[in-house]
Amino acid sequence: MPDVIFQDGSIQPDRWTVVPRPAEGESLDIPEQGQALIPADLWLAGYEHFAGNDAIGVWFDSHDEPEILAGKVNDLPVIAVNFPKFSDGRGYSIARLLRERFGYENELRAIGDVLLDQLQFMKRCGFNAYVLRPDKDIEKAARCLNFFSQGYQAATDTDVPLFRRRAS
Amino acid sequence: MYVYDEHDRQIAAERVAQFRDQTERALAGELAEEEFLPLRLQNGLYVQRLAPMLRIAVPYGMLRSDQLRRLARVSRDYDKGYAHFTTRQNVQLNWPALEDVPDILAELAEVEMHANQTSGNCIRNTTTDQFSGVQTDEIADPRPYCEIIRQWSTFHPEFAFLPRKFKVAVNASEQTDRAAIQVHDIGLQMVRNDAGELGFRVHVGGGLGRTPMVGPVIREFLPELDLLTYLEAVLRVYNRYGRRDNKFKARIKILVKALTPEGFAEKVEAEWAHIKDSPTRLTRDAIERIQSYFTEPDYAAIDNATDLLAKQRFENRGFDQWLSHNVDTHKKPGYAIVTLTIKETGTPPGDVTDRQLEQIAELADEFSFGEVRVTHQQNVVLADVRQDRLLELWQAIKPMGFGTANLNTLTDVICCPGGDYCALANAKSIPVAEAIQRRFDDLDYLYDLGNIDLNISGCMNACGHHHVGNIGVLGVDKKGEEFYQISLGGSSHHDAAIGKILGPSFARDDMPEVVAKIIDVYVDKRTEEETFLDTYRRVGIEPFKERVYA
Repeated sequence: MPDVIFQDGSIQPDRWTVVPRPAEGESLDIPEQGQALIPADLWLAGYEHFAGNDAIGVWFDSHDEPEILAGKVNDLPVIAVNFPKFSDGRGYSIARLLRERFGYENELRAIGDVLLDQLQFMKRCGFNAYVLRPDKDIEKAARCLNFFSQGYQAATDTDVPLFRRRAS
Repeated sequence: MYVYDEHDRQIAAERVAQFRDQTERALAGELAEEEFLPLRLQNGLYVQRLAPMLRIAVPYGMLRSDQLRRLARVSRDYDKGYAHFTTRQNVQLNWPALEDVPDILAELAEVEMHANQTSGNCIRNTTTDQFSGVQTDEIADPRPYCEIIRQWSTFHPEFAFLPRKFKVAVNASEQTDRAAIQVHDIGLQMVRNDAGELGFRVHVGGGLGRTPMVGPVIREFLPELDLLTYLEAVLRVYNRYGRRDNKFKARIKILVKALTPEGFAEKVEAEWAHIKDSPTRLTRDAIERIQSYFTEPDYAAIDNATDLLAKQRFENRGFDQWLSHNVDTHKKPGYAIVTLTIKETGTPPGDVTDRQLEQIAELADEFSFGEVRVTHQQNVVLADVRQDRLLELWQAIKPMGFGTANLNTLTDVICCPGGDYCALANAKSIPVAEAIQRRFDDLDYLYDLGNIDLNISGCMNACGHHHVGNIGVLGVDKKGEEFYQISLGGSSHHDAAIGKILGPSFARDDMPEVVAKIIDVYVDKRTEEETFLDTYRRVGIEPFKERVYA
């Protein structure tokens, strides 16, 4: 079982299974045991069935639109955002929208091509759990989450941009 | 000029430590080359044809003399003793060793300099008019707004991995645009609305490169306090919907074109509606605080030195020419704006030695309150020179190689480093610039021709801005041989336009003669008072084609 690192630097075994999007004609293959992350649009399509099930979360791919879950995000225990390539920055915008526009309060995790040097950007955009690519050294993650003690901008971690702090 | 406070210093120091850590991990093999690539690019570090290249940011083109001296020392200690001013108001070192770069960045941070986001798919150094704050016709000083954008864009967590690089430029003059804003991803023209309030006209989706475009206006008036939230909305729309499948179609101009400017503007407005009153909205206090760093220097109360200058220029023809071409009117009586053209024939445009950097620092201290600006035409400006000391300044700069009085003439060439240095280039550009400069070595003739923008790029990426040259030269590769394509009619000013290709390309040796024929057509066809561009626009491309391909 791979590990997941949390915002506070703690490392725990990852209990969530990412269920891939089923091929056309196939149905979702949700494991009978444990906790599963399913594609967000399929969760929405089966909302009556899934809502309130704490063992089911969703994942977004980088081209998905988080707007589809507006008003329902807090029915989910975990939302994951997939980084198909670390250089694909769409997941950062998705995370901010989930947190700042739709008020999502539970676990938001980064999955996929998650490397060390992107962790702090992810944190500032609202992620609070990270499943590093398996070849990366998770022991270095806590440091990389905190290279900078502050940022110039308002983001999900602070709504006080530096220019407002300077004025106070 | 902006001065760091403890927050800026801390962030700069943490950045150096971060890059040192990243470099060590890269050298230890813990980071694959493709993983290190965007990290080093966001620290200005390219791997070039012959060696790494480090691009150092010069925010909105401003440098203090201590920064110039530090650049001189760094170029001497870590490089081959020279540096290069680029077309984006940055400075490049061409030969640093990878393992030295963290030390170089630490030395730069000591004088409040950095290489943040000078490359990579992120928001780049914001550029502006080199005459900001001293010219007579600006709406307001754009530099505080550039600094506000610099801070907002530095390590912006949402926009560090955009589909492509992203460039913002600000212009404040009503008469002219020295910042080429309409060929930037976002171009901001400062304006006042009918109520007299300050704001910006927003162009989005201009740019050069493979698909050159003039950026359409997507908002006629953006109030100044809304600057950052609106930029954030534009960037968010681009980050989410810009193409990522093809790097040649990933610039925002392609998205704007695909959605139409109106469609794109609607998407931005919809996004902005959600965030326009967020804490990112600027405050009057925040703007005034930044403005307080760009106050006027301690000008003396003096009158224009009209009689003195008249006498001096009567006695000295070289000084007279230099005054006419390289010295501009200043908003303060008794002062002048001086441009040092770094375009001595035989020296690649923009190249300066470590000693010249120190000389520029000395000139800044002696003549211009210790500050200079670098221009996107690869020259250096002393913005606050007393008129009664212009002769003394001119005499000082002649032996330094900065006295060539050719500003805005045909030999004030914008030229990228080209195939001599750049791994991307298809052809050399520096020897073409030099050959044309040698062919047009008669200053009187150049003055008679008037303002002509000659821009040369060694490849389609257009670092030499060839598309917006009145005469543009593009290096192309044909079966391993270098050829040069010419375009005419480009402009980067308020009347921005993309040049039109003249026809088949030419061998390098033919270039000076081809340019001479183009000039001959202009001289034949022009009416009194017409610039090259005026004549081109009146007579069209045909007469040029006929002469050149006869």
